[in-house]
Amino acid sequence: MLTKRLDKTTRRSRPAPMTVSGAAPLDRRAFLRNAGITATGLAAVGTLGAATVQPAQAVTPMDFAKPFDIKKNICTHCSVGCTVTAEVQNGVWVGQEPSYDSPINRGTHCAKGAAIREIVFGDRRLKYPLKLVDGQYQRVSWKQALDEISTKMLEIREKSGPESVWWLGSAKFTNEGAYLYRKMAAFWGTNSVDHQARICHSTTVAGVANTWGYGAQTNSYNDIRNAKTMIIMGGNPAEAHPVSLQHVLTGKETNRANLIVIDPRMTRTAAHATEYVRIRSGTDIPVIYGLLWHIFENGWEDKNFIAQRVNGMDEIRAEAKKWDPKTVEDVTGVPGAQLKRVAELFAKEKPSTLIWCMGATQHTVGTANVRAYCILLLATGNVGAPGTGANIFRGHTNVQGATDLGLDVITLPLYYGLDDNAWKHWARVWEVDFEWLDSRFDKKDGPNNTKINFRTLPGIPSTRWFDAVTVPKDQIDQRDNLKAAIIFGHGGNTVPRMPEMVKGLAALELLVVADPHPTNFVSLAGRKNGTYLLPISTSLECEGSRTASNRSIQWGEKIVEPIFESANDYWAIYELAKRLGYADKMFKNIKLVKGKFGDEPEAESVLREINRGGFSTGYSGQSPERIKTHMKNQDHFDIVTLKAKADAPAEIAGEHYGLPWPCWGTPAHKHPGSPLLYNTNLHVKDGGGTFRARFGTERVIKTKQKDAAGVETEVETKQNMLAEGSYSLGSEIKDGYPEFTYAVLQKLGWDKDLTEAELATITKIGGNTPGTVSWAIDLSGGIQRVAIAHGCAPYGNSKARANAWNLPDPVPVHREPIYSPRIDLVAKYPTRPDFRSFRVLNAGFSVQKAAVDKGVAKSFPIILTSGRLVEYEGGGEETRSNKWLAELQQDMFVEIHPADAASRGIVEGGWVWVDGPENNSKVKVKALVTERVGRGVAWMPFHFGGHYQGEDQRKNYPAGTDPIVLGESVNIVTTYGFDPVTAMHEGKVTLCQIRAA
Amino acid sequence: MARMKFLCDADRCIECNACVTACKNENDVPWGINRRRVVTINDGKPGERSVSMACMHCTDAPCAAVCPVDCFYTTDDAVVLHSKELCIGCGYCFYACPFGAPQYPKTANFGSRGKMDKCTYCAGGPEADNTKAEYVAYGANRLAEGKLPLCAEMCSTKSLLAGDGEIIAQIYKERVAKRGYGSGAWGWKTAYKEDIAT
Repeated sequence: MLTKRLDKTTRRSRPAPMTVSGAAPLDRRAFLRNAGITATGLAAVGTLGAATVQPAQAVTPMDFAKPFDIKKNICTHCSVGCTVTAEVQNGVWVGQEPSYDSPINRGTHCAKGAAIREIVFGDRRLKYPLKLVDGQYQRVSWKQALDEISTKMLEIREKSGPESVWWLGSAKFTNEGAYLYRKMAAFWGTNSVDHQARICHSTTVAGVANTWGYGAQTNSYNDIRNAKTMIIMGGNPAEAHPVSLQHVLTGKETNRANLIVIDPRMTRTAAHATEYVRIRSGTDIPVIYGLLWHIFENGWEDKNFIAQRVNGMDEIRAEAKKWDPKTVEDVTGVPGAQLKRVAELFAKEKPSTLIWCMGATQHTVGTANVRAYCILLLATGNVGAPGTGANIFRGHTNVQGATDLGLDVITLPLYYGLDDNAWKHWARVWEVDFEWLDSRFDKKDGPNNTKINFRTLPGIPSTRWFDAVTVPKDQIDQRDNLKAAIIFGHGGNTVPRMPEMVKGLAALELLVVADPHPTNFVSLAGRKNGTYLLPISTSLECEGSRTASNRSIQWGEKIVEPIFESANDYWAIYELAKRLGYADKMFKNIKLVKGKFGDEPEAESVLREINRGGFSTGYSGQSPERIKTHMKNQDHFDIVTLKAKADAPAEIAGEHYGLPWPCWGTPAHKHPGSPLLYNTNLHVKDGGGTFRARFGTERVIKTKQKDAAGVETEVETKQNMLAEGSYSLGSEIKDGYPEFTYAVLQKLGWDKDLTEAELATITKIGGNTPGTVSWAIDLSGGIQRVAIAHGCAPYGNSKARANAWNLPDPVPVHREPIYSPRIDLVAKYPTRPDFRSFRVLNAGFSVQKAAVDKGVAKSFPIILTSGRLVEYEGGGEETRSNKWLAELQQDMFVEIHPADAASRGIVEGGWVWVDGPENNSKVKVKALVTERVGRGVAWMPFHFGGHYQGEDQRKNYPAGTDPIVLGESVNIVTTYGFDPVTAMHEGKVTLCQIRAA
Repeated sequence: MARMKFLCDADRCIECNACVTACKNENDVPWGINRRRVVTINDGKPGERSVSMACMHCTDAPCAAVCPVDCFYTTDDAVVLHSKELCIGCGYCFYACPFGAPQYPKTANFGSRGKMDKCTYCAGGPEADNTKAEYVAYGANRLAEGKLPLCAEMCSTKSLLAGDGEIIAQIYKERVAKRGYGSGAWGWKTAYKEDIAT
């Protein structure tokens, strides 16, 4: 919140920079006297004396008499993929220019992007490795830190097994960093490797992939310009993805489009909407069924689309029938007439798109929410064409890429899964022995003389890791509890139940935080030993590729050398792998180049390895050369279609910006990338596609039937899952078809089109059964090439699934939040029964029942939800350390409705306690009294940290690395609850009480 | 010469504050000084609108009219600049300015507030163009480089426009005609004694 300055003073002096000694503290007045000159405090860093410490990049103006370089990288603060243009002089980033050539941001930025230069000379960065000794941080060398860390890891491996080391990666990794980190965990012998996607869009990926094949945004930010109706539901892109609003508002203006915002909070996005629909948090599914009720009732559904491309819509129809306007209004609070108006616009004023963010995903019903959204799109025929689609806005630079590259506890890179076929595929790509990889993993005896192989089991996700540290050993489904956490680029305040996380942190034997900033993890724990902080550069100081939300891959150049003693991820991963004893195998085919501290893996070479194995998702065609060519020719791409314009140079002719995946075949096949998924209006060779045949060619439905005598028998019926009469432009098969294998090619007689070399590769992979070699594991790319030459999508042409029979709720059903304010509805719409998942117990049902029994809703009568502020990102340590951003948001706050504030004697700007219903948790924050939230609803931003239940923990940070702004974390008071499919936390609905402090 | 103006399309402004941090970044404006800010009305209510504000570089600038040491001057591009050599930090211009643009580094009750600082339209000050002396006292001089103010160049939704008054007025008019609504060129009447007919 931006508080008015009543006392006419600048509110807070900035904390002193990180120094060893001898630095005169810089007071505000001194700072202001030097207004516009160099930040003098930074110069003190030069007194450190170590040869490797570069002088701080004090603010230096450009010397116009001397030459300078232009470097391009990608903003790290959301997934839009804004190009950052840097002017570099003498190794210092001296100026930031608008990137007009980028078809994505066209020169523009939000507050974070426009301030991003600060993080590459910011004085709050970690400057050298630190080790915690009896509660004091000591400066150590990289060598000492890595030696000690690896020794401890190997000791834990010896004692407790590889599963006791937990790896947390980052959505700020480049693609190459993410891939290496996943590979690192695989070679170590665990699948417990996760990153921020768990807590932002894991449920999107699960929901969307289970509907039509791939877990990603179907269209693009730019394509929203084509929409005539847009629903933004559970998202506030005006703050979270401001540059996307350029496309949204242009669409709204040029098409006079409907912009409908559905949210519990009247957001800054809603301020620009043509219609705002306020809902009760956690009732997305009833709202969608409420819309579908009107659509089906009035026959507004797209019958032709459903018949050709969707399976199971009748089951949705049956569920929607239960949600008449009166029931919907009772559960959600939305009047029937308003939903009817929205339903009619969405179904009739097409093309329509549905945009969502974490308001949809961070729920115990996150996957089901996403499924419901997809079903609304399918019912109205709004998938696979310009202006339509599931426009999922992701949260970090490379959260899409890091998800794709397998920083996920359920899969190897590029969604191959964890079964033997997946491991064998990657063993072939890596050219390592499958048996050796297998030997790295724990095994244990299962029931009935079976062996349980941890290589094939999902690991422990970021929402459950601290439970895996603290539960009794017999309550975790692995040999021992977690003992070590290796955390690269991830905040420590991002998951609910922080009081319980603090216990987990304290109990770890080893905590490694590798990050540009110390993060909340170190301020919270009160640890005394066994903690290392490794200074990692930002990805702006790092070469490599990033995948934006729209699946376009962009190459970022290293703007400057990593500052201070910080190193890039590649070097740190390589050095750690060396000490853990498998660098030779892991980097067998990866070129090493001379880096800041010695040999480091070359980004281009890593991407080439990804290309060699990335056939399943079409990460195979985007060679570093092709992507760099796109970056060089950014100005030649159309702003709406992202296609190279007619006058573009020949080397990019016909291609789409950033070769959005799937970019089929090998780089030599020159596939142009797929700007829209499942778009049958284009030939596959031009980026078209169909729904993916991922779930077989037939759906088998078993029903119990009673005959005349009352005897019950099981009857099997089968439904065709392949598309009917729908196919992409130019397809030689004018109907649905299964995914391609060598056998399928043989059946069609197309195997003759394979070259000798391609056939040799297929035969080598397939051994005795070459027919089973599929488009996804054929390392020659031949099967893909031939299928596409005949106009077919390598993955088949299927129907999308309105019923996803492998999910816990195949047809989405409403379930009340764990902490529901409507206890009268809990019995009718309970959460799922307790069950074990991801090696621990998901006790959601017990917690929900206890909350009802204890009458929590009475003592905690206010719904608490959370979200983003434009100035900060994620856990916020990086952005709260940026002086240009920190100045704009200096206090953690809670939004409270005027009526709720008045009845509690709370005044605007006053301090309040927000009490949570678990762990006697509480946070002390400022009150922002506003009608932005409805009565009985409170909202807090999730970027703050460094205060804990009323205590200022600034002293816990290593000197000089504390962020400028600290505050209470919302997740101190958020509560239990996990999605049954992905273990996504419940970040958007809990209950609280608020009182004046 | 062009007549440089700012125009904020309030129907596009989403209060993302890019203009604010772009200004900080380009001119290295210190903590506590805000050459540009975003003001929101009806915050959290229907009709919420935001507008990005800074020195509008007025025609017949009132700050210049009240300055006792005559430190203001208007460039050929109609940009209102001042000399920090001459400024005595009296604060008169703060009271004269209809947009709250002048900023002061000190907040003492008595005596000088320090040298006044405000938006320069990224056009530096009286020192020689793009010298270190100019940068240290006033920030960047993008105009001398043939560029426009960075706040407008980086505006996330292209709400804030900078450039020759006639050209940006034309852009705005076309936008309003296309979309069918427009709340007018905020502040133009006060700053430039004219309005944009839409």
